[in-house]
Amino acid sequence: MKEGKNKYQSRRDFVRIAGKLIVTVPLIIIPVFLAKKTSASGYVWQIDPLKCTQCGQCKTNCILTPSASKCVHAFRMCGYCDLCGGYLRQGVKTISTGAENQLCPTGAITRKFVEEPYFEYTINEELCDGCAKCVKGCGDFGNGSLYMQIRHDRCVNCNECSIARTCPSNAISRIPANIAYLAKDKR
Amino acid sequence: MKKALPYMIFLLLFFWHMVLYAQDRFPRPEFESGHVYPTNQMPTPRAPGWEHLDVIVLIGALIMTTWLALKKRSRQGLIWMSVFSLAYFGFYRQGCICAVGSVQNVSLALFNTGYSIPITALLFFIIPLLFALAYGRVFCAGVCPLGAIQELTGIKPVKLPKSVEMILAFVPFIYLAIAILFASTNSQFLICRYDPFVGIFRLDAPYTMIIFGALLLFSGIFVNRPYCRFLCPYGVLLNIFSRFAGKHLTITPAECTNCRLCEEVCPYDAIIPSDTEQQREEPQKSRKRFILYFLMVPLFAVAGAVLLYNLAPALSGANNTVRLAREIRTEKKTGIESELKDVAAFKESGKTELELFSEEELIIERFRNGSPWAGAFLGISFGIGMISLTIRSKRSEYKPHQGKCYSCGRCFKYCPIKVKA
Repeated sequence: MKEGKNKYQSRRDFVRIAGKLIVTVPLIIIPVFLAKKTSASGYVWQIDPLKCTQCGQCKTNCILTPSASKCVHAFRMCGYCDLCGGYLRQGVKTISTGAENQLCPTGAITRKFVEEPYFEYTINEELCDGCAKCVKGCGDFGNGSLYMQIRHDRCVNCNECSIARTCPSNAISRIPANIAYLAKDKR
Repeated sequence: MKKALPYMIFLLLFFWHMVLYAQDRFPRPEFESGHVYPTNQMPTPRAPGWEHLDVIVLIGALIMTTWLALKKRSRQGLIWMSVFSLAYFGFYRQGCICAVGSVQNVSLALFNTGYSIPITALLFFIIPLLFALAYGRVFCAGVCPLGAIQELTGIKPVKLPKSVEMILAFVPFIYLAIAILFASTNSQFLICRYDPFVGIFRLDAPYTMIIFGALLLFSGIFVNRPYCRFLCPYGVLLNIFSRFAGKHLTITPAECTNCRLCEEVCPYDAIIPSDTEQQREEPQKSRKRFILYFLMVPLFAVAGAVLLYNLAPALSGANNTVRLAREIRTEKKTGIESELKDVAAFKESGKTELELFSEEELIIERFRNGSPWAGAFLGISFGIGMISLTIRSKRSEYKPHQGKCYSCGRCFKYCPIKVKA
């Protein structure tokens, strides 16, 4: 009887030890294998403005409301036009700062007179909700100096960016955290 | 020809100009008033040091939970630990990064050359598993924010019928297999997408996910930890590792007296009763059953592999590129223009359809390579599950089931044996 019990016990121990080995091996191999592929700095999500098609999904598909992606103005690319495709609605009768003429639904773009005939357009990030209407307008009629970027003060850096998942042009990808932004005027 | 030459030169120059100044439809201004360009203030991302702090907090919380569950045996302490984890990993860190989702980062890094895994994600994957191998599922007990929110809301436990419990317990295996398949083919992160509580942590999510999370929490009042038991894919790994744990939480601090007071208290059905008084099956019969099931394991594995291999094209629909290629194909076949924004973006991008279709082929091929392994894993797990039904060991004490036990410590107070420290 006693012997029999020992036999079962040792068989059970064998299964236990074998199982332990089987599960431990991948646990050691995986980190060793991935050690070369790790990055200490980490990754952040960012929009490649050259791929972006200004579909407007950034506004709705971010897990944050309002979205973490907002419009950025590359001033050095801007034409400082009076008739601005990013500021004014298509087919406006008068070029003015009237709300009915503005393209931006939240009035986040301010138009400031600089000198004849130039006007400067600045974006109020507090108000911008990332709808990308101005970006489309500027891309279609102007120099394309307005572009979308994910703002890292807002972005919570999800493991999978929910905008990236639905981005039709695959413009959103992980970039090293030390780069952080893909500025349009610096390339 | 000679007459046309100036025009051609003009055209050449004109087009060259267009190439050079493609972006600038309007010339950049030359300011006379000395106006300077304003600069954009771009906030920098969270410093990596904070992410390393998360790892330190994770290790600290794991050590603390292990001590509370195994040494101190304090349910109260474990609850406070859950509150802390819920506050830190849940509401402060907003549920990212979590160990549950890190499975996908690891599989993405393993099978894709372009992606290098953040060190925090790798550590979040490894460390809880190491603890599980040493001390059981202490990660579930008080560190995982998803577990914590359910632990704190599970106030009126009701037991499920054993058969229902067993069938539902297989769902996480399927979820894990599919999630790894999707992540390793660079398609999507399924676990993150359908994380029910992350919306509650952030107080912001698509309303469907909020409803899903709220429903889970509500049902969790009665059927405790529904996500952990019937969905959590990382729980599958912890379950496997914890079975081989060196040390594990015990119900009684000393020797079990078979008083049966703890028999009914575990909401997770994780207490294996002592079977001194139970009727046993004939050894001959159970041995035969064991051998039969044992021989069926490879059969299940092959069946799973074949099944998932044939499902691969359907599963590959989770990949955006494959979906886009299918949309384009339908568009060509039916002649009705697609409404999808993806299709519009594709047409704008200048990529040819041929390129897209060959890319699609490549992705489906990857799915075909990966899915049999996922199927085999499912088959083997199912087979081992069947085998475990036939094994009955003699037990003279009440013990937690090391795979199923979340080390939550609910059973402590039911044990009449008290050891004075």
